[in-house]
Amino acid sequence: MTQTPETQSASLIKEFAPRRSFLADFQRWEWLLVLLIVVVIVANTRLSPHFLDARNISRTSSDFMELGLMMLPMAFIIITTASVDLSVASNLGMCASFMGWLFMHGVNIWVAALAALALGTLAGFLNGNLVARLKLSPLVVTLGTYAFYRGVAYVLLGDQAARGYPKAFTYIGQGRIPGTLIPFSVALFVVLAIIFGLILHRTIFGRYTFSIGNNENATLYSGVPVARVKIILFTVSGFMAALAGLVLAARFGSTRPDIGTGLELAVITAAVLGGVDINGGRGTIVGTVLSLLLIGLMRFGMGLLNIQGQVQGIVIGLLLILSILLPNIAQQISSARGVRINWRSALISLGILAVFVLFFLFFFWSRAPVIAGG
Amino acid sequence: MTAQNPPALGTSPATRRNLLWTLVRFREAGISVFILILVVAITLRSPSFLTVDNFEDILLNISILTIVALAQAMVIITRGIDLSVSSMIGLVAMMVAFVVKEHPEMPVLFAVPLGMALGAVLGTFNGLIITFGKVPPIIATLGTLSIYRGLVFFYSQGTWINSFELPRSFKLLSKGTPLGLPNMVIIAIVVAVVVYYFLNYTRTGRDIFAVGSNPDAAQFAGIRKQRITFLVYLISGLLTGLAAVLWASRFESAQTNTGLGFELQTVAAAVIGGVSTSGGAGTVPGVLLGALLLGIIQNALPLVHISPFWQLAIQGVLILVAVVTDNLIVRRAQRTRK
Repeated sequence: MTQTPETQSASLIKEFAPRRSFLADFQRWEWLLVLLIVVVIVANTRLSPHFLDARNISRTSSDFMELGLMMLPMAFIIITTASVDLSVASNLGMCASFMGWLFMHGVNIWVAALAALALGTLAGFLNGNLVARLKLSPLVVTLGTYAFYRGVAYVLLGDQAARGYPKAFTYIGQGRIPGTLIPFSVALFVVLAIIFGLILHRTIFGRYTFSIGNNENATLYSGVPVARVKIILFTVSGFMAALAGLVLAARFGSTRPDIGTGLELAVITAAVLGGVDINGGRGTIVGTVLSLLLIGLMRFGMGLLNIQGQVQGIVIGLLLILSILLPNIAQQISSARGVRINWRSALISLGILAVFVLFFLFFFWSRAPVIAGG
Repeated sequence: MTAQNPPALGTSPATRRNLLWTLVRFREAGISVFILILVVAITLRSPSFLTVDNFEDILLNISILTIVALAQAMVIITRGIDLSVSSMIGLVAMMVAFVVKEHPEMPVLFAVPLGMALGAVLGTFNGLIITFGKVPPIIATLGTLSIYRGLVFFYSQGTWINSFELPRSFKLLSKGTPLGLPNMVIIAIVVAVVVYYFLNYTRTGRDIFAVGSNPDAAQFAGIRKQRITFLVYLISGLLTGLAAVLWASRFESAQTNTGLGFELQTVAAAVIGGVSTSGGAGTVPGVLLGALLLGIIQNALPLVHISPFWQLAIQGVLILVAVVTDNLIVRRAQRTRK
């Protein structure tokens, strides 16, 4: 093969990029996550005696693998486009529903699964083309397909549920690697996480990803096929969403059209909490895996304490916001030296604080009958 | 939202604005024609569609959507997005319904300012995170979408407020017809007029367009960008709070899943109505037409014997068609002007 300008510049990039050790990739944010994980483990062990039970952990860990599978390509997309793929959970729902629909119409489960994977990949390819070829904002495109893909799921299954999947298939979501406590889905995730990590941190394609995220125009002018990279990323995201759909359907043993609704929030949270910069150009796979572990441990702990899933959503939502808010505020404080106290803004801040206090006083006051009654 | 998409080389902000406005005008005409064709086609298949009763039904159905979509439009004009509106509706509807249920002696009209105040607090929270915390709007409101929904569950402990628990006067708040039309239709019209006046004839309203059209230029022109951005999220909360009271009154209940998925409809109505997601362009009539189109489709699907399960998919396609045509038109216009 002849050397195109692309491969030439790529080899240049490779030559000049310093070889970094694994530990050097480990930055402050990752150490913070490790610290938080330790805190969560210690706190949960004290709160519940069932927390450190190997069987429990094994059972729970597979609950987060769909999330993990979609998080890996999401990290790539955020790094590259400084935007997100909102359609992943809907794509998951569409693919799982398509597989269920085919299965209900007598198609062999493995053929149906392959068809679902193909559909998801195609859906991701469509997203990628709209984003890269028509230069539309990823947010708007994937908001549209977010509705469309979920809509297709409802059109396919309506108010029915596909069930009765054979045991060989549900193994993907429920089974364990023979002779160990490790669920199959966790093993699948670990292998894919290593592959994604190597691609992001050790290949030319990975360098492209960071480069586009840091300066798209400069990258384009240095001969990188920016559009192609973006299309590949969204296509892979579609494929992984479909794969996550298969795993989730296998875990439930059935498919309803609302399967995985709202999961995109958790996926984005996991990626952003993992230190992937929402403004693009920065992030590590190690960080996202650590944040997945952290979220998983927290949810598992809250579940043991009988906290409802939707109330856990408060914690996840706060985590998402805080993981961006705190570094921003820290930066603002460190860059603003010797600020004199501005009485006017201090008064406004106090006023706003008072409003929130009033809101929560009202919140708890008007809620009193609920607690008294139930 | 699309700070990475500066106007194409060779177009000054002024020409870009003109292009966007051409687009908006085109959109209003285009969507009107589309609605007309749709109405004729539906009527041919099902004559009961074009009756006064049915039209009133459609108006009743889109009143809430219109109010929130107008708020959403203002946010999108500043290049933001407010995904948390659906959870705000759920939370405010639940809180107001609880208060109304526990205090039937309270004058029922008090529910309206109460709901708006509660919504405004939630909107303030969004605005603070976005302006002072510098969290991108999509992330911030995706987070509060989840937080506010969680608060609904925390608040109600999973219980619902049912129709029989609410006083009759509260249920009539939205559906009563002392002025000929149902109250909520009149409220929606008033909101539309006020927003129209605000966006077109007040300084703050024009500032909203300036910030969305070119944030840096707006800042240099002395517009307080942060304050305007904060304001649109506050207004979004305020109007969503109003919508929440109407929602609880119209559906005579408050449930833990009230409003779930509604944010998509509001974004759809705005985007289909020609509000540009790259900021700086959008009109009130456009948004009204966008909401009307969604309302007609929702109303007509059962009449022409299409499963209501198609609705979401159609909405998605409409959003995609709207943004793709926008994009093609802007590109063509840019090419011809050079």
